[in-house]
Amino acid sequence: MTVQFKPTETFRDTFTYKKSAEDILRFPFPFPEDEYMYSVNIEPHVKGGPTAAFNAAFDIDEHYVAECRERERVLKEDPKRCQVLPHMLTAEWDALELIMESLAVDYPEHFSLSKAGDVWTWVNRPLGLHQTFTFGKVETLPYGPFEYITRQVQGDFTLQDQREDMLYVDGGMVTTQADWSFEFNIGMSFMEWHGPVPLANEKGVFERALKYLLRLQCGQPVRRLNWTMTINPRLDTSPENYPVWGPDRTTVTPENVGDKVHLRVELQTLFRLPRSNAILFGIRCYLTSVNDLVKVPKWRRRLHRVLRDLHPALAEYKGMPRYRQMVVDYLAPMDDGVPTTKGIAPETDRLDG
Amino acid sequence: MTAAGTLSVRVREITELAPTLKRFSFEPAHGGEFPTAPAGGHVMLTLRDGGRVMKNAYSLVSAPAQRTRYEIIVRKVAQSRGGSAFLHAKVATGDVLDMAMPSCLFSLASTAKKHLLIGGGIGITPMLSFLGELKARGGRCEMHQLSSVDEAPVFDRLLAPFGDDAEIHIHTGGRAAFDLAGLLARQPLGTHVYVCGPHALMDAVTSTALALGWPAGKVHKESFGGATGGLPFKAVLKRSGLEVEVKENETLLDAIEAAGVAASCLCRGGACGQCATAVEEGEVDHRDDFLSAEEKAAGKLIMLCVSRARGPRLVLDL
Repeated sequence: MTVQFKPTETFRDTFTYKKSAEDILRFPFPFPEDEYMYSVNIEPHVKGGPTAAFNAAFDIDEHYVAECRERERVLKEDPKRCQVLPHMLTAEWDALELIMESLAVDYPEHFSLSKAGDVWTWVNRPLGLHQTFTFGKVETLPYGPFEYITRQVQGDFTLQDQREDMLYVDGGMVTTQADWSFEFNIGMSFMEWHGPVPLANEKGVFERALKYLLRLQCGQPVRRLNWTMTINPRLDTSPENYPVWGPDRTTVTPENVGDKVHLRVELQTLFRLPRSNAILFGIRCYLTSVNDLVKVPKWRRRLHRVLRDLHPALAEYKGMPRYRQMVVDYLAPMDDGVPTTKGIAPETDRLDG
Repeated sequence: MTAAGTLSVRVREITELAPTLKRFSFEPAHGGEFPTAPAGGHVMLTLRDGGRVMKNAYSLVSAPAQRTRYEIIVRKVAQSRGGSAFLHAKVATGDVLDMAMPSCLFSLASTAKKHLLIGGGIGITPMLSFLGELKARGGRCEMHQLSSVDEAPVFDRLLAPFGDDAEIHIHTGGRAAFDLAGLLARQPLGTHVYVCGPHALMDAVTSTALALGWPAGKVHKESFGGATGGLPFKAVLKRSGLEVEVKENETLLDAIEAAGVAASCLCRGGACGQCATAVEEGEVDHRDDFLSAEEKAAGKLIMLCVSRARGPRLVLDL
């Protein structure tokens, strides 16, 4: 089925963002069990998974055009959301090649790429772009190669350089982030940028994840899901804009909690890049309101149980103390106590309500 | 290591470069293009000689941008395990082989101001891939190739396409005449050195560079990585009532899955801990990053995806 884009929906001010039934059912719900704790929950990023969000290397959905427009707005207001250090130029071209080739294969109705030697022609039909350029020649594109292509994909991206058995975040396009600043993190090592995460370090999660990622090979990408909660369907919850969105947390009431509070999921993907040996890290953000989630029986039971029993340090880190109890109280009457099955699939093709 | 995909490749061309050197050019057996290969990457070929199956790793000499062909150069060595001799004697144009997707543990440093490449004999192979990539990106580069007198013209021809972009030297006077210390001492700050060749050469480059005060992170040696396989063994799955033979080049997890048992797993690389399984009998060769040193010593758990038996048999609670 061809997806219907909704180019005018908004992720700020008027918040006209809405999800179709299909879009709710393809949500990558992040909890495989009724309780949640950090783990190295990395698996091969192969096509096909518990929901349709796992069907492509880089997932495109009905919000594609609107999200690209939102990214353009953020960059206009704050150009430093996209920065790449000079030694990452080869990685930029690697990323452009990987993303263009993947999109053209996964969505031939929307994207196409043709090559005559180093002269490539890229067509992006949803955004109305037609670009001929020379691979390897920066001056033939309107932006740097990494910025050019990541303006045309949903989700944030960073480029990790690998040096002396460590990864460094030396490039990024970050406009849809869950309260972390790329401008602050650029150049940091893997251990430094994960420094603020509670509990996981003591569990050795980062040390194991790093060893695993240092061995990541071309053509064998991996993925994991991460999550938090966001008030209103706002993509840009950056520290830079905290004064804009921070106060949203004070607007949640028992009456509006189902509409206001959104489960924010990041489908994180990691690809080794061939020429540069860098890693492309995709952080694809999905937002679904509590009221949309409760339309899936398994998800409403599980969301209630996970939030009810969440470790206080995690709730604090994810910025939830002010409204978590309200969400739990709202969900409690909808949890009939029936046991849930393992895994994240919705196990239904129609929604309640 | 995570399980690699396999490519089906057809031998497009075989070129005899020297009495013991052949270049094999492969194309995708089913048409289309290969994935962009990593610079400095290697591939594993599965070679079937009658009932005997050999898996040999070879550096790719083709540059990443070369998508229609993957090329390797193979030296026939008298004491080879048989794979290289088999390639030389029995593989012909048009043959179709299985090739594991390229892997890479030897890569160009993105922060290098200059790349100094040193190849010894057949150790030229990953350097050819590096030179192709550096030519494409315009990186500053100096190449030194050690060679016998006989083979110098061969290496000279292989390196000729890069002569306009890189400073290239071929040394035929033997190791003693090669002024390694002088070469390393005169490099500008920010140079990275890459070496591939006999162990003695790789060790000499490393020790000389370190003695001269080079940071260890600026010295790179070719590596195909640690062994992923090992001796075959038998895994007894107690709960399933099955006995599974784990082959040399197969992981325990793959063998268990092939036997139709769905073991819990996630990362397939020894990091996540999902496939931890209780061991009832047998000694474990632990290769994961999940279990602590104490847990490994206790030998009560095994990570199915990467670890193996240290002995003929393991009994698992599975």
